[in-house]
Order: sequence, then C-alpha cells, then structure tokens
Amino acid sequence: MVQKLHDYLRESPSQTAGPYVHIGCTPNFTGIDIYGGDLGTSMKTGPVQGTEITIKGTVFDGMGAPLRDAMIEIWQPDAAGLFPSANETRGTPDPNFTGWGRSPGDMETGEFTFDTVKPGAVPYPDGRMQAPHITAWIVARGINIGLHTRIYFDDEQVANAADPVLSRIEHQNRVPTLLAKKEAAGLYRFDIHLQGPAETIFFDI
Amino acid sequence: MSLVNLPPKPGGFIPRDRTWQPDGLTPTYKTSVRRSPQAPLLSFPSTLSEETSPVFGHHLIGPLDNDLILNYAQPGQSAIGPRIIVHGRVLDELGRGVAGALVEFWQANAGGRYRHKKESYQAALDPNFGGCGRTITGADGSYEFRTIQPGPYPWPNGMNDWRPAHIHFSLFGHGFAQRLITQMYFEGDPLIKRCPIVGVLKSQEAVDALTAPLDMHQSVPMDCLAYKFDMVLRGQRQTYFENRKEGL
Ligand SMILES: [Fe+2]
Repeated sequence: MVQKLHDYLRESPSQTAGPYVHIGCTPNFTGIDIYGGDLGTSMKTGPVQGTEITIKGTVFDGMGAPLRDAMIEIWQPDAAGLFPSANETRGTPDPNFTGWGRSPGDMETGEFTFDTVKPGAVPYPDGRMQAPHITAWIVARGINIGLHTRIYFDDEQVANAADPVLSRIEHQNRVPTLLAKKEAAGLYRFDIHLQGPAETIFFDI
Repeated sequence: MSLVNLPPKPGGFIPRDRTWQPDGLTPTYKTSVRRSPQAPLLSFPSTLSEETSPVFGHHLIGPLDNDLILNYAQPGQSAIGPRIIVHGRVLDELGRGVAGALVEFWQANAGGRYRHKKESYQAALDPNFGGCGRTITGADGSYEFRTIQPGPYPWPNGMNDWRPAHIHFSLFGHGFAQRLITQMYFEGDPLIKRCPIVGVLKSQEAVDALTAPLDMHQSVPMDCLAYKFDMVLRGQRQTYFENRKEGL
C-alpha cells in the first residue's frame, strides 16, 4: 500500500452554460436592469496606450448556423505585453486597460464585437516569445465544457512563424483558423467554427 | 532559488482531467451534436496568457447582489418560493480556498420559468424575481447567497425531458485556465438521474460532486433552509523547480 493523496480534490465537472447564460453573466443585455451594468462590456477605462483595434466575429455550428446564445470572453495583455492581473510581476500594466472583455453577441445576428488594443507579445514558459495573441473562451447551450482558443493576427507573419504554440500544430493548414483577418485599418474579423472543414483549433491548456 | 525561506513560485496549471470532465459530443444531449469540435483539442502547457486573470474587487459587489429574494423585488416585496441559503467554498485541486473568486449564478423562478425573451414555458413569471446574482469569495474561498429554490422545467430535447431543479454557476479564479461554468443540483431530486444534461457526466461520483446536500446547520429557524455546495477549480503547481527562466 502507499499513502493516499487524500488532500487533493477533483475539479468540479463542467456543465453547459445553457440557453440562458446571458441572464447570469450579462443580465442587462437581456433586459434585467441590475448591478449598474454588465461586466466586461468595455475594456478601456480611459485613454489607452498602443493601437486601438476592433475585433468582430460570429460563432458557427456544424451546419453553418450562427450561435445567438453563446457568450464569448477574451483575455489579453496590454500593448506592452503586460497583463492587468494580480499575477503580473514583470511590470506595471496600462492602468486604463482591463484586458478582459465579455460579449453576449448581437441579439439578432450573434455577431460579437470587442473594442480593444493590439496586444503586445508575451513569453512562453521557456523564454521564447509568443506572437501577439488574445485568449478566447466560448460557452453556449450544447457546449458541455467551455472551449479555449486563441486569436492571432494575420498581419504578424514573422511573429506567427516563430510562435511556439502555432508551430506545434500538426496540420499547418489549420493555422489560419486561429488568425484574425484584417479587414480595414484597426478592424479584424475572427469567426469561430465549432465544426466542419474550417473548424477552429481549440486548446486543452 | 537558494533562499529556502521564500515561498515557492506558482507554476503551471495542473492539466485538466478529460477522463473526468464531460466530452464535447454527447448525442443524448442533442444540441451537442452540432456544437462539439470534431478534431482533438491541441494540448500545451499553460502560459502567462492562461495563468493570469482579471481582478474583480469586492467593491464591485452591491449589498443585494447575493440576495435573489430581494435584488429584483419591488420595495417591501420579495420573490415567491421556498427560501434557501446556498453556501460553500471555492477550492482548488490542492484543497486550498480560492480567495477573491467572482461567482455568478442564475436560475429559473420557483415555477421553473426564466426571465428571458426566448423562454416559452407556460409557468408564470414572478414580477419580484430576476433570477441572477453574484458575489466574490472571502479569504478562505467561502461564499453565500440567498435565493428561492428553483422549480424543474421541461425543455426541447427528447419528447418529455425535464431539467431537475438547478442553479447555474460561473466561476472566475486567478487564472483564465480555471474558467468554469457548471450547475448545482439539489439532494434527493428524482429528476437528476433522468436528465440528459446530467447524463453527460461520466460517473456517479461526478453527479454527486454537483449535488448539494441539505445543510440544517446553516438553515435559519423559521426563515430559510440551506444547501451546501463546494466547487473546485484547477490547481496550480507550487514549486522552486519550475522549468522556466527567472523572472517569467
Ligand atoms: Fe437552467
């Protein structure tokens, strides 16, 4: 016999966010006036450093239908690559930037919009630099456990080519599913496909 | 590295146990069929992008945010239904309390009806019940809120599927990798074992982990019953020997 690892616990099992996640996480969006506003609707609390950008996108199911009951959250560093987090020990992040956004998507089309800044680069655990990216998390009815992905940028070819995560991808023809496409100055599109030939790469991090 | 009196540094997050967590594709929960990724997830160790997280301060929380009986009620009125306290701790896999975690919750009213445009169940809305609340955990990871016990409700899946009474939870810990949404069920509910969404869980142990026992110790006499519900987020290694360069 051996000693038991009895101090350890198992992570709570995930369950779907269901069709009414917006009631819990963005209640004002659903018409429930409470809290003085929804969390994560604005990522800026004042003038921010760096390049301001907008990212728009839609989450599609395996039949190509847009999800209108999803919630998308993003998390990213500021323009200098510093996170507005208690765990950030490398420097002082932009005080006017929250780094975190939450979107219920448009009521009719499901399209989400984030007004943010182009993130700076952040090192990988071994010290190599990662290409600028944003972490994204998607929950909805029919999704049993939240899906993690990353938003990279299609105008960062050199940094993307050296990125430690992108270079781990066996099927390199899927890398474009992680690239936000520049549509105009300051405007990127990042559609998320849950299934199908253009299925977005999702991560187990 | 040589000063043994310094605390160990946080390392990467403990990998998620995918043999314990539900799969994406669970055909008896029909909506999952077209909404589950078909390619394998790409695994890699957590990085700063997942080991950091926004900070939600206690100042964010209003005095009624964790009281669903009153937070949408007209002055002098209150939500209809069995009054309950739900309380417990948010812990990590190493058994430590997670302080400062943002806990958001939402639920149907006592008749099983949600306050939502797309909700079509005929049960009546309660004009004094919004159905959402939030709180932030204390230094030991503890949280508490007051609400009414939600009712079960029917939903379009099989011909006659009903959700057991449940409360939805969204949890925000200290790293984005910990992000979790789950549901709490109530001890003794006969609908639990009939529910296709509960059915995505892979073991009775997993169902039990989401089923809150009645807790008479915390029940308030002549006022409300109580249910105790602990939740566990992913843990983060603590070590002097993390395989990463100094200063990262
Ligand atoms: Fe529900």
